[in-house]
Amino acid sequence: MNTLEFTLLIGAGSFLAGFLGSLTGLGGGVVIVPLLTLVFGVDIRYAIGASLVSVIATSSGAAAAYVREGYSNIRIGMFLEIATTVGALVGAFLAGMFATSLIAVIFGLVLLYSAYLAAVPKHQSNDDEPPDRLATLLRLDGDYPTATGRERYHAHGIVGGFSLMFVAGVLSGLLGIGSGAVKVLAMDQIMRLPFKVSTTTSNFMIGVTAAASAGVYLSRGYIEPGLVMPVMLGVLAGSLLGARVLVSAPTKSLRLVFGSVIVLLGVEMILNGLTGNL
Amino acid sequence: MRRQSQQSRRWSDEKVEALMGKLLIAGVLLAAFIVLCGGARYLYMHGAAIPHYRMFRGSPSDLRSLDGILKDATARQGEGLIQLGILLLVATPITRVAFSIFAFVRQRDYLYVGLTLIVFTLLMYSFIGGLYNF
Repeated sequence: MNTLEFTLLIGAGSFLAGFLGSLTGLGGGVVIVPLLTLVFGVDIRYAIGASLVSVIATSSGAAAAYVREGYSNIRIGMFLEIATTVGALVGAFLAGMFATSLIAVIFGLVLLYSAYLAAVPKHQSNDDEPPDRLATLLRLDGDYPTATGRERYHAHGIVGGFSLMFVAGVLSGLLGIGSGAVKVLAMDQIMRLPFKVSTTTSNFMIGVTAAASAGVYLSRGYIEPGLVMPVMLGVLAGSLLGARVLVSAPTKSLRLVFGSVIVLLGVEMILNGLTGNL
Repeated sequence: MRRQSQQSRRWSDEKVEALMGKLLIAGVLLAAFIVLCGGARYLYMHGAAIPHYRMFRGSPSDLRSLDGILKDATARQGEGLIQLGILLLVATPITRVAFSIFAFVRQRDYLYVGLTLIVFTLLMYSFIGGLYNF
């Protein structure tokens, strides 16, 4: 297979990953690394580099849609960014020290966990507790549009949320993913923010977190232009299209199918990591 | 600036968000365009070669530093152009953070000017450090 054919195939695969990822809300970045390593036989370090770049592209590309809705909270995002950027730098340095087989196993576990998180039903947290003192001090409380007008919400569990964000950053820097699932978990479950606020603020943060490890990846030679090009363009085009057809698609069954694919890829990554094939 | 009279002296969060959204979209589209141009040139030059991504050797050293990338890109080498587009893409969220500092200054929210400066410094440390390999 020559470079032209290889590029077109990877571009098509990345397009599909971006499309399904954005349609199902599970994120396309998470399947790029398994796609490149398991299907196309790409070294996991090149795959992680290409995936990280595509994550920055989709996060920034999706911003327009989210901004219009007025859900994201810049202060929460910026405050938590301190944890994720430090984490991302740590993760990027760890990526250079860990054996690739260990990275593959961790990746597989994260895939399985993401699929699990997507499968458990979301409960809307009821906010009837007094405001958190630290949250008030940091001015993290906000309001967001609902059917009955703008509604106030309070942030809780600041220390716990901040710590989990550090973990999300480490995973992002180590694996070249956006860690959107862990970010939403931190904001939705631990800080008890409204779900919409969590997802949109998470999207805002993903691009910044990923940018933090990009420099380290570049200097290590993980960013291979010939490979990044079809991945970045494919995922970006796919996710932009996916965001447009969001309303009309049968999202529930798609989520199930895409979720199953993620589980399969996760198991494959773990097996290949354990047998030393990756 | 035109409507920056007394009552809207402070920028509203919504206005800041809308501006930042536009900034991000513009950055991404420009980056994608440059990568696309570089990609077309790269495939034209090297499309018939056999890809080598199975073995990790790391990208060529001239594609890991700003000087090398700029030199290659201005020599209209496909890979240099792609790398330049990627740098622009990485710079986009960093610019957004820089813009946030400015917006928080306008809002006189000095706590967040400080917090955002921390994030910005970390990002610049990685970006500059990556480009100059230290």
